[in-house]
Amino acid sequence: MSDKYSSNDKKDEDYKEDLLKVGFDIEEKNRAGSYLQVNHSVSVERSNIEDVEILNTVDALKKYDWLEDYWWKAVSPDKDEYTKEAEINQNYGYFIHVKPGAKVDFPIQSCLFISKEGTHQNVHNIIIVEEGAEVHIITGCSALHGVNNAFHIGVSEMYVKKGAKLTFTMIHLWGPEIFVRPRTGVIVEEDGIYVSNYVCMNPVKDLQMSPVTYCGKNATALYQTVLYASEDSKMDVGSVIYLNGENSKTEVISRTVARDNSEAIVRGNIIGKNKGIKGHLECRGLMLSDGAVIHAIPELRAETADADLSHEAAVGKISEEEIEYLMSRGLDKEEAASVIVRGFLNVDIKDLPKQLEEEIQKKIDLSAAGI
Amino acid sequence: MVRLKDSLEIRNLAVDVDGRHVLKDVNLMIEKGETHVLLGPNGSGKTTLLLSILGLSRYNIVRGEIIFKGKDITDLPTHERVKMGIGIAFQNPPVIRGVSLGTMLNICMGKKTAEITDEAVKLAKELNFSEDFLTRDVNYGFSGGEIKRSEIMQLIAQQPNFVMLDEPDSGVDIENMELIGRMMGKLLQRDLIPSKREKMGLIITHLATILDYIHADRAHVMLKGKIACSGYPREILAGVRRNGYEGCIRTCQENNNNTNVTNCNYNKV
Ligand SMILES: Nc1ncnc2c1ncn2[C@@H]1O[C@H](COP(=O)(O)OP(=O)(O)OP(=O)(O)O)[C@@H](O)[C@H]1O
Ligand SMILES: [Mg+2]
Repeated sequence: MSDKYSSNDKKDEDYKEDLLKVGFDIEEKNRAGSYLQVNHSVSVERSNIEDVEILNTVDALKKYDWLEDYWWKAVSPDKDEYTKEAEINQNYGYFIHVKPGAKVDFPIQSCLFISKEGTHQNVHNIIIVEEGAEVHIITGCSALHGVNNAFHIGVSEMYVKKGAKLTFTMIHLWGPEIFVRPRTGVIVEEDGIYVSNYVCMNPVKDLQMSPVTYCGKNATALYQTVLYASEDSKMDVGSVIYLNGENSKTEVISRTVARDNSEAIVRGNIIGKNKGIKGHLECRGLMLSDGAVIHAIPELRAETADADLSHEAAVGKISEEEIEYLMSRGLDKEEAASVIVRGFLNVDIKDLPKQLEEEIQKKIDLSAAGI
Repeated sequence: MVRLKDSLEIRNLAVDVDGRHVLKDVNLMIEKGETHVLLGPNGSGKTTLLLSILGLSRYNIVRGEIIFKGKDITDLPTHERVKMGIGIAFQNPPVIRGVSLGTMLNICMGKKTAEITDEAVKLAKELNFSEDFLTRDVNYGFSGGEIKRSEIMQLIAQQPNFVMLDEPDSGVDIENMELIGRMMGKLLQRDLIPSKREKMGLIITHLATILDYIHADRAHVMLKGKIACSGYPREILAGVRRNGYEGCIRTCQENNNNTNVTNCNYNKV
């Protein structure tokens, strides 16, 4: 492992378990490459295959002049105070470049980790998937248990070229005192496919993000989001999809569970701007406590006559009828409720590493058991 | 009063649903090895009776008692009744998203896993379901006939001592009727000689077809929240055909006058 930038007293080994929880395996079993950043230090930046380059964005900008054409092009630095902060005080971030036509069999893993009290981590990431290439990137963002008062800003710009496919799975595991502001822009060119999976099951002080995707002709964007808001968490998570190209389409699915005194705002916004576009939003929320809030805000905007946009949103409690159905098969009330919550959160995320899948399942089981 | 072991007895049962008096004064006795059918017009209270025996919370028992295997279960929560051996195939079961039919079978068999087990696959085959079908969310997009088969399959996985079936034959095609009839017969041990049968059953039906597969021991007609007549299934059914449900009391009286082998009982409603 490269320790070029490693200025930590602790070694990555010490975080092994914490990293695994967000899908990052330092032994790199079945991974095409890795990027690991702890606080402000790049600790691993390595590709195991020729068709993929992985670097930190500071070095990448020095190495490639052309990268300027991708820098702050999918997200504007003037978007808000957080993007401004990331522009002025950037602390690395990853550059992942997949060569044309490459079909990367194993996922690439990345992790942005906060281990120190009071850290402000401002990363700026760039992903470029060239024409016809396919890749799955799993990125975990996490803080060491017990870290208070940390702040994470993550600017991510993703470029899915003609006929390419990017599956981007993000797992957040922060902590009750962490403030989080991801800022993401995704440009999907003709016939490109962008699949986003987002899972956040643990408490966080304040998380707000609303990634924006721009779809070109025949492009597809799929979003799946699973949120479990507990304790005093505040989560405001949405996705904005511009269907700019002819026949572009999108599907946005979210599942939100809220309990204790948490608040979850779940947004979705589809803007249809061209002929033959098609989009659907599905937003479902499950309320487990009186002190919690779920606020679903689905929005649709059509700008052409043949737009086909729809949404369905439903927020409610666990259905008594479903509980009793399970009780009539022999489960007690608590067991029945946990089976229902587990089912509710059970969205099918393809190609997850086994450990991560087990980890997510474990979290669902734990949260379901605590009803 | 002697409380028989392995029987279900309902005494003077009155049940309110959302403040409405739906069941008024129901008395019923099902003994070890017996299967009864319950007839009656729409809205007469048949489903209400089954769900009251199951103990669902909406069914507020205002009077009477339910005794199962010698124990008063009137105040027992549903899952404890189920653990004692009560099972039901619902008329309109709910969809549970994210919970597969395979998972339901595991739950019925008391297994904790979410994986599709070999036993589940074997059972599915017996009920004419593909393995794939087990991965579908329970009842989601199931056809009417598939719901019936799925409910019976869950009961087979559960193996209750007292089996309640709410219209298992409604909306089922001829071939599947044959299959369902056979599976129900097995579930209720109708293939054994009467003295060897232990399971008890109560089947709600509007059709006579089911009686071709299950030779039930007794039939009851429910009218306006009471059991109006009880007797041999063939006689009761013939009477309903002749004089309608409301006429079953008259039929009963006729039968009792004409012959002394009938066992027709009736209550004024
Ligand atoms: N929540 C409720 N509030 C008021 N009345 C109810 C409620 N649930 C059931 N009922 C009434 O109780 C009566 C009996 O209903 P039940 O479902 O037991 O009838 P059933 O005999 O099974 O009819 P069917 O043959 O149509 O299935 C009906 O009049 C029904 O409308
Ligand atoms: Mg009914």
